[in-house]
Amino acid sequence: MGKTLFDKIWDQHVVEKIENGPSVLYIDKHFIHEVTSPQAFKGIEQRGLTLFRPKQTIATADHNVPTINQHLPIKDQLSKMQVDQLIENCGKHGVELYGLGHPYQGIVHVIGPELGITQPGMTIVCGDSHTSTHGAFGAIAFGIGTSEVEMVFASQCVLQTKPKTMRINIEGELQSGVVSKDIILYIIAKISASGATGYFVEYAGSTIRSLSMEARMTICNMSIEMGARGGMIAPDENTFNYMQGRAYAPKGIHWDDQLSVWKKLYSDADAIFDKELNIDAWSIQPMITYGTNPGLGMAINASIPLSDTILDEGERKNLIKALQYMGLEEGKSLIGMPIQHVFIGSCTNSRIEDLRQVAALVKGKKKHDSVKVMIVPGSQQVAKQAHAEGLDHIFAEAGFQIRQAGCSACLGMNDDKIPAGTYCISTSNRNFEGRQGAGARTLLASPLTAAAAAITGVVTDIREMMNEKL
Amino acid sequence: MKALQKIKSRFVPLPMENIDTDQIIPARFLKATTRDGFGKNLFRDWRYEQDDSTKPKADFVLNQAIYAGEILVAGKNFGCGSSREHAAWSILDYGFYAVVSSFFADIFKNNALNNGVLPVTVSDAFLQKIFQQESSATLSIDVEKQTITIDATGKQESFELNPYKKTCLLNGYDDIDFLLSKKDTIEKFEKELI
Repeated sequence: MGKTLFDKIWDQHVVEKIENGPSVLYIDKHFIHEVTSPQAFKGIEQRGLTLFRPKQTIATADHNVPTINQHLPIKDQLSKMQVDQLIENCGKHGVELYGLGHPYQGIVHVIGPELGITQPGMTIVCGDSHTSTHGAFGAIAFGIGTSEVEMVFASQCVLQTKPKTMRINIEGELQSGVVSKDIILYIIAKISASGATGYFVEYAGSTIRSLSMEARMTICNMSIEMGARGGMIAPDENTFNYMQGRAYAPKGIHWDDQLSVWKKLYSDADAIFDKELNIDAWSIQPMITYGTNPGLGMAINASIPLSDTILDEGERKNLIKALQYMGLEEGKSLIGMPIQHVFIGSCTNSRIEDLRQVAALVKGKKKHDSVKVMIVPGSQQVAKQAHAEGLDHIFAEAGFQIRQAGCSACLGMNDDKIPAGTYCISTSNRNFEGRQGAGARTLLASPLTAAAAAITGVVTDIREMMNEKL
Repeated sequence: MKALQKIKSRFVPLPMENIDTDQIIPARFLKATTRDGFGKNLFRDWRYEQDDSTKPKADFVLNQAIYAGEILVAGKNFGCGSSREHAAWSILDYGFYAVVSSFFADIFKNNALNNGVLPVTVSDAFLQKIFQQESSATLSIDVEKQTITIDATGKQESFELNPYKKTCLLNGYDDIDFLLSKKDTIEKFEKELI
């Protein structure tokens, strides 16, 4: 019987299988950031250990860095302490750090791929659930807790129970106005926020193959939002073209050697998955969420479900509670509803293609007076590229606030927060209560949908805006 | 890690589904560099008005004197969301040694086990039975036997626990000790990988 892509990489990295227990899984690359690493460094030191393989760990500061005036000392003393601690820990333990002020600094899941550190066939971990992003390159990449960060520091391994495998096949063409964010929001709405718990997902099919690497990253990024341990996509020409020439990508003869290995990374035709799901790409519409978990999403022109049509009591209560927090009514459409904030950024949608899509839509237009718009490049390199292409100029003309690289308003950990009670169309990945700031009401959507709302000031079906253009 | 063998205790019911890690411990409290002291901010925004710890919300279970104990009982998909281990630390620091639910998010489950907090997965029906108990009712959890019992009715269910993790919990061992004992094997593996 053939093997799945997941099995091929997993089997190659199992150092030892504990009888009736997890496997000792070898980790090729370990990313760390300031929030989930300090306790792990402390743990190592308390045990009198040094890092086992410090060269395989790469650090950046992203979660609580300010996104303006990054050249000045961080004002928030607790944030400053955490970032300073990271600098000290990396220096002491020999870990490469792309901290504030470094041209490679940025959101950990943006910089890994753009520097070519993320490569097919690797095992990659980080103390961050959106590590699944790196799976877009055909890697096994998943988020871990701080105890596991400490395990990697100590042994370059983690103990993991092998998850089940799921394949989601998406076939056919996408409607105009529908982008990869809509695909993943559609899948999560379909199978729920816990629909893939216990599974590692492979995304496959002609639609996936047609997507750029950055679009694929958006999909893999949100795998965790349906509970999956991770998501992955088999590498192909798109992958190799994206990688070639990047800072850490293999060069010369090493490139050729690696390429022949990478080309064998696919699920065999007779491989069996524990679960398969088939999706017709044409049925996907621009999506938006209305609730307080990413599974509570719908086509942008649909209506919020009626609670009495939901049979499961728990789910019904969940919906009622969510709508109460969101200040929304069941049975209603969101189209035309005023919003006060737009956030374009996060490890889900802050890459150059996202910025290009937004720029193409808002070029020559002005944001609506009643809306505050924040656009936050995922990395210094993305910001540099956006500047080179003149995108920053377009955003400034439109009245958008252009910030510096970081996690920003995705998680209410730095200064970028959405005020209580206000609505924010956000390209990030979580609409949990208080995620973007205490009391903030988040509507997750694609960069296109977010940009459209920035211009109109209300929830807008991007397709209508595109039609007007024609 | 502290060893955990048996718990007999009252419980705190939280009959809500999809309780995510941002509710368990909001991101603004993740700025510490130690593992201690997170308990006071557990469920912070559900627990206090306007982020003010002098203004407890009367309708939240942690603020209701009739509920107490070392066991938290919650609706399905508990711990979904981020990988922050701070969620497990805040639960432990508050004084819970076990969380009972009908479904746990993966990363939370691992994080809990790595800190000596036992995630107990029960059936939906059993979970509802627990929620129906009086606030004075106690639950008994036996790690060795892998059982949970509603003491008042004697109703019992067994739960799954990985045998390796069970040994760790019963003895208070942690994974790092185990991995350190494997260093030679790991070095040998690295040579073969290259």
